[in-house]
Amino acid sequence: MKGLSVENLSVEIAAGGRLLKPVDDVSFSIGADECVALLGESGCGKSITALALMRLLPEGARVAAGRVSLQGEALFDLPEAAMGEVRGGRLAMIFQEPQTSLNPVMTVAEQINEALAAHRKLRGDAALAEAGRLLEAVGLERDRLTAYPFQLSGGQRQRALIAMMLAGEPEVLIADEPTTALDVTVQAQILALLRDLQRQRGMGLLLITHDLDVAKDMADRVAVMYAGQIVEWASRDSLYAQPRHPYTEKLFAVLPRLERRGERLDSLPGRVPPPDARVAGCRFAERCPAVFARCREEAPAFHEAAPGHFARCHLAEPQTSRPDAAWRNPGSAREPSRIPPAPASGLQSEVLSVRDLAVHFPVRKGLLRRTVDHFKAVDGVSLAIKAGETLALVGESGCGKSTLARAILRLLEPTRGEVRVAGEAIGGLSGEALRRKRAEMQIVFQDPFSSLNPRMRIGEILEEGMAALLPLAAPARRARITQLLDQVGLPLDAAGRYPHEFSGGQRQRVAIARALAVQPKLLILDEPTSALDVSVQAQILNLLAELQAEYGLAYLFITHNLPVVGYLAQRVAVMRAGRIVEEGAAETLLTAPRHEYTRLLLDSAPGRGR
Amino acid sequence: MLDYLIRRVLYAIPILLGVNLLTFALFFMVNTPDDMARIHLGAKHVTAEAITRWKSEHGYDRPLFFNEQAAGVAKAADTLFVEKSLKLFALDFGAADDGRDIAREIKTRMWPSLAIALPTFLIGLLAYISFALLLVFFRGTRLDTAGVVLCVALMSISGLFYVIGGQYLMGKLWHWFPISGYQPGLDAWKFLLMPVLVSVVASIGDSARFYRALFFEEIAKDYVRTARAKGLSELRVLFRHVLGNAMIPILTGVVVVIPRLFMGSLIIESFFGIPGLGSYTIDAIQAQDFAIVRSMVFLGSLLYILGLVLTDLSYTLVDPRVRLE
Amino acid sequence: MIKPILLWSDVLILVLLWSVAALVWLARENGQMSETLRGPWRQVMRSRVGASTALILAVYVGIGLLDSVHYVERLPDTPGQAAQYGGEVYSALDWVLTPLRENVEKTYSAPFATHLYAKETLQGPVGGEVRDFPRLKYGGAHLADVEREFWPDVLKRGGLGMLAGLLAWFMGYRLTGRSSLSPVPPPGGGGDGGATFALSPTLLFLCLLAGLLVALAPVYHVFGTDKVGQDVLYLSLKSIRTGLLIGSLTTLVMLPFALGLGIAAGYFGGRIDDVIQYLYTTLNSIPGVLLIAAAVLVVQVQIEAHAELFNTAAARSDVRLLALCGILGVTGWTGLARLLRAEALKLRELEFVMAARAFGVSHGRILLRHLLPNVMHLVLITVVLDFSGLVLAEAVLSYVGVGVDPGMISFGNMINGARLELAREPVVWWQLAAAFVFMFVLVLAANLFADQVRDALDPKSSARK
Repeated sequence: MKGLSVENLSVEIAAGGRLLKPVDDVSFSIGADECVALLGESGCGKSITALALMRLLPEGARVAAGRVSLQGEALFDLPEAAMGEVRGGRLAMIFQEPQTSLNPVMTVAEQINEALAAHRKLRGDAALAEAGRLLEAVGLERDRLTAYPFQLSGGQRQRALIAMMLAGEPEVLIADEPTTALDVTVQAQILALLRDLQRQRGMGLLLITHDLDVAKDMADRVAVMYAGQIVEWASRDSLYAQPRHPYTEKLFAVLPRLERRGERLDSLPGRVPPPDARVAGCRFAERCPAVFARCREEAPAFHEAAPGHFARCHLAEPQTSRPDAAWRNPGSAREPSRIPPAPASGLQSEVLSVRDLAVHFPVRKGLLRRTVDHFKAVDGVSLAIKAGETLALVGESGCGKSTLARAILRLLEPTRGEVRVAGEAIGGLSGEALRRKRAEMQIVFQDPFSSLNPRMRIGEILEEGMAALLPLAAPARRARITQLLDQVGLPLDAAGRYPHEFSGGQRQRVAIARALAVQPKLLILDEPTSALDVSVQAQILNLLAELQAEYGLAYLFITHNLPVVGYLAQRVAVMRAGRIVEEGAAETLLTAPRHEYTRLLLDSAPGRGR
Repeated sequence: MLDYLIRRVLYAIPILLGVNLLTFALFFMVNTPDDMARIHLGAKHVTAEAITRWKSEHGYDRPLFFNEQAAGVAKAADTLFVEKSLKLFALDFGAADDGRDIAREIKTRMWPSLAIALPTFLIGLLAYISFALLLVFFRGTRLDTAGVVLCVALMSISGLFYVIGGQYLMGKLWHWFPISGYQPGLDAWKFLLMPVLVSVVASIGDSARFYRALFFEEIAKDYVRTARAKGLSELRVLFRHVLGNAMIPILTGVVVVIPRLFMGSLIIESFFGIPGLGSYTIDAIQAQDFAIVRSMVFLGSLLYILGLVLTDLSYTLVDPRVRLE
Repeated sequence: MIKPILLWSDVLILVLLWSVAALVWLARENGQMSETLRGPWRQVMRSRVGASTALILAVYVGIGLLDSVHYVERLPDTPGQAAQYGGEVYSALDWVLTPLRENVEKTYSAPFATHLYAKETLQGPVGGEVRDFPRLKYGGAHLADVEREFWPDVLKRGGLGMLAGLLAWFMGYRLTGRSSLSPVPPPGGGGDGGATFALSPTLLFLCLLAGLLVALAPVYHVFGTDKVGQDVLYLSLKSIRTGLLIGSLTTLVMLPFALGLGIAAGYFGGRIDDVIQYLYTTLNSIPGVLLIAAAVLVVQVQIEAHAELFNTAAARSDVRLLALCGILGVTGWTGLARLLRAEALKLRELEFVMAARAFGVSHGRILLRHLLPNVMHLVLITVVLDFSGLVLAEAVLSYVGVGVDPGMISFGNMINGARLELAREPVVWWQLAAAFVFMFVLVLAANLFADQVRDALDPKSSARK
């Protein structure tokens, strides 16, 4: 048996007297020069599966059952010393966070040489020469050998990490979300590198990802994971042509696209069962659109729905069909529900207009800390948004888009330029006048965990802005909290609970409700869905679209995700190094870009096939 | 780098000035020289003339900040603040209230202090780190648990107990070492061994536990997982990666105390009769000799600031990410 | 006839108790504590170590509080004059321990001794003078024939005492902890039941110990006597209040500085940060003991200069104790402040603080509502950890000569008074041993309790265990 095969792998974690089973009966295989994608949303157990293969599970977690064999050798039976030779040698792994995955106080050469010494017994000049060759193989200059990780960019670090793992000439390489923390252009380069290396070296590649598009570009076969189990296992072409499990089908349906503008995105209700839940039937039953009685009683087996295409679903059993089979393909069977456009009245009024805004941070040097230079985070940006309109601000990390948002809100003082909100310049405002203006512009942040104070109840969080900005008495505020919770689709008893009791998506709803509480005209959305799973992202995008239609809100939507831009925005501005390089209507800009940087962004986006 | 050093030295000036003002306020404004004279004369001999005589003998018969009787520059210069406080900046410590020259005392007494403090520091550091590493290597086992319990128990014992217990056992009962005393030259080790041993043991609980926590923090980081994924042995991961990174906070944390080693330890020196700066200070406190206390405060601050600069410099040596400018 | 007296430290203890009660009451909502606040404490009390150490600390605190109810006794009336009160201040603990306090021997005697440590010239039984160890005035004085009666008497009294302790424990156990006999704590609200279950072995031990002491201490000096013949057990119990006060009042002084300056420095940054950093670098640069020594010397001089303000010796040593706490507090805030500054630096960049600023919420309100609650766990952990350090520091400072008043009973003064006696032959070890043991138990309990609190409150440390 060539490659890596995993049979009936189960992992247990003992936590606070409970026994969790984050990975349950997982089987798949990777051929000698094949790329397999392990696809799933956060918490589905895909990373733990990978760590179990490496025998690197964190303390407290252990392999409860299963067999893993590499070229026929059973890894779980090896003594630890022999496993040390396999690990980083025949089986290697790269990680998600390039910022923290390298030892900060060792040079790249030292870190590569360690692996060379451990697995190929190379030392001294021979090791150095080989390390240089490895660096060139991953597309880095040889002189980067003497660099420390802090001297490298994120993409370069990921390349260095790959070089380290190639040092042992692995038969199979595991890549755990290798590009999630990277910008889209860098992601494209790293993915291309991985693909080339895999082909040149005839390696097996296990790619762990949450991104359907990445898996589509990279994988030969795909395993879809849900709640600790593999629910679908098929060749890429078969899976992307016709998914057989309702969960996979839903994953496709919730993806925003340019073509779906104005439609309500399909959504996935409910939550994943917790890893300690004892589910009698199918784990997806509670959220499944095709559920029927048998699903709740009997756990489905892995059925071969088409040749080589397996699904863990009763409906994939050749003879089974559900009494009312009309649930399938909602797109063709039913017209997708559309979100009504915003009311036409008042659409012409400009809510936000920014003229030549710049934020420069001084760079101080020398004995007297004199300002010798300026870092131009935002350097002369102009834009305008009308009521009911969404302007997407697209750019990679460090381009200044978040600084721009803070400067617009006057959380930062701009160096020059003018910001007008509803026709009034806010640069000179202070005290009461500024406070009144703040009610008209609000912001929703990216991270649902740090954007809510963990020591305040949801009710208090929603009330804070009203108390500061609106002339409302306490009973009126309470009534408004109830109304807001209802609007963003949260239960009414949420007001008395603390943020930690809510999921990421629910917290993002709270953050939206908090911004809405003061009845703003402009909402700045700073990557509001980047930290969310795609199924939750769809719910939040739907909510945002509905709110815009109802209140004629103007959105400044900051993102790096181009499909979301196509789905949501009327106009797009592309930002790079503090400046807007191209601006235009979404359809034209996304289909016929004029600036080369826009073209690069579009070309780098995954999901276009190989 | 040079810029940085100059800036640090400039920054030291306001701090030392602050220290000076604080001690000056305590010793000359809250307390007056009259109070001092009363204490030193003793209740029986307090008369107005005696106080005045005492003050002029010890140079305390000047105004605080402004001398109206003097002329020209001396208006500001011939004052207590300049004489007793600002002169410290020139390392002019003056005379103690018993008339002896403080600077000479410091010069002769700092060597015995250093002879105790430096070995204590080095042996201690080595012992604590080794003990902590041992616990970390056996983490999750009974040995680790027992080690931590031992650490907590050891740190709950009063430091005086170690001193008194050590003297009693090693000195009185077993006759290994002389109970106290000091003798310069090569025979000094007889007198030094016990105090060094006692001070190392006295803080092993505290320090080893602290270092263990540091190692644990480091061991949870992503790069350690990378090192394991490369197939390195647990020992290599621990010594090359974890220790290498944990040494940054450990080293830079202890460098700050190195200059202060000259000042010795109050308790150890006075218990073991070492004629160092620590026992000098404690005698001064007990004799209420404010001139010495003031000098030692200034010296301590000076050495502390030196320690801060050394800390920053040591960062550049052990951490490639840090460049001073 | 007695007249209650409030010393300044008693007032501060009342303030401390009142503010803890107020904090707990403020944290209640709708008549009960919220689960977020109560959860960690329940976790502490559920753990065996947490509950046991809390019980031991409670015993110490109980003794300390008993020792904080002060009174003076009325002197016998002189006709024609207003009532006169004595200059000696007593506490409720003194009243409870009256036999121990009053049974003063001539000088040292060993634990359970019936004879004095030093030989004296005595009247021989047949006339003439002999040098021998005289019988103690109180210790074992009820025994007619020491040789024969001593062991039976000790065993009988000790046995009876332990039996009484056992009985008391059993009664208390049945009355309060009935539900807790089941090994698994009941789900939901029954957290206290679980705690009682964890307590019981410790409680049993404490009950037995108390029974033993109550039975034996009135007739023997179980820890011996000191140089002037005072019962060492009495001294040890009286030292507890001093230790606790230093540990807790110092915190009271230190907290406002550390909280206010630390958080402000981190949140505002810029010039404010520069000034606060300058302040704590300056304070830090002075060697700790020297700064404390300097300040204490100054306070000492001031107290001597204004001796007329204090009418009793107790009031004088009380003020010196408070001054010491104040000095330790004013010089000891820098560590926590630095920690809080770093935390505030992180918090102010967090998005919920940004969101509040986007609402134009005032700085004061952001500090109070968003920063303070999110650093409280650090404050609590530091306070509990500092406590044990301060109890230990008292002993060292007393040795240096800048601790509490030399006339005040404290662990430091006990050690200081006895350390030279190790040179005697035979060794006088009991006074040192008693002080070290009492201190060790207190500090160990506090340290272990602090560990539990940290594990419960600090999300990072639970991963570390």
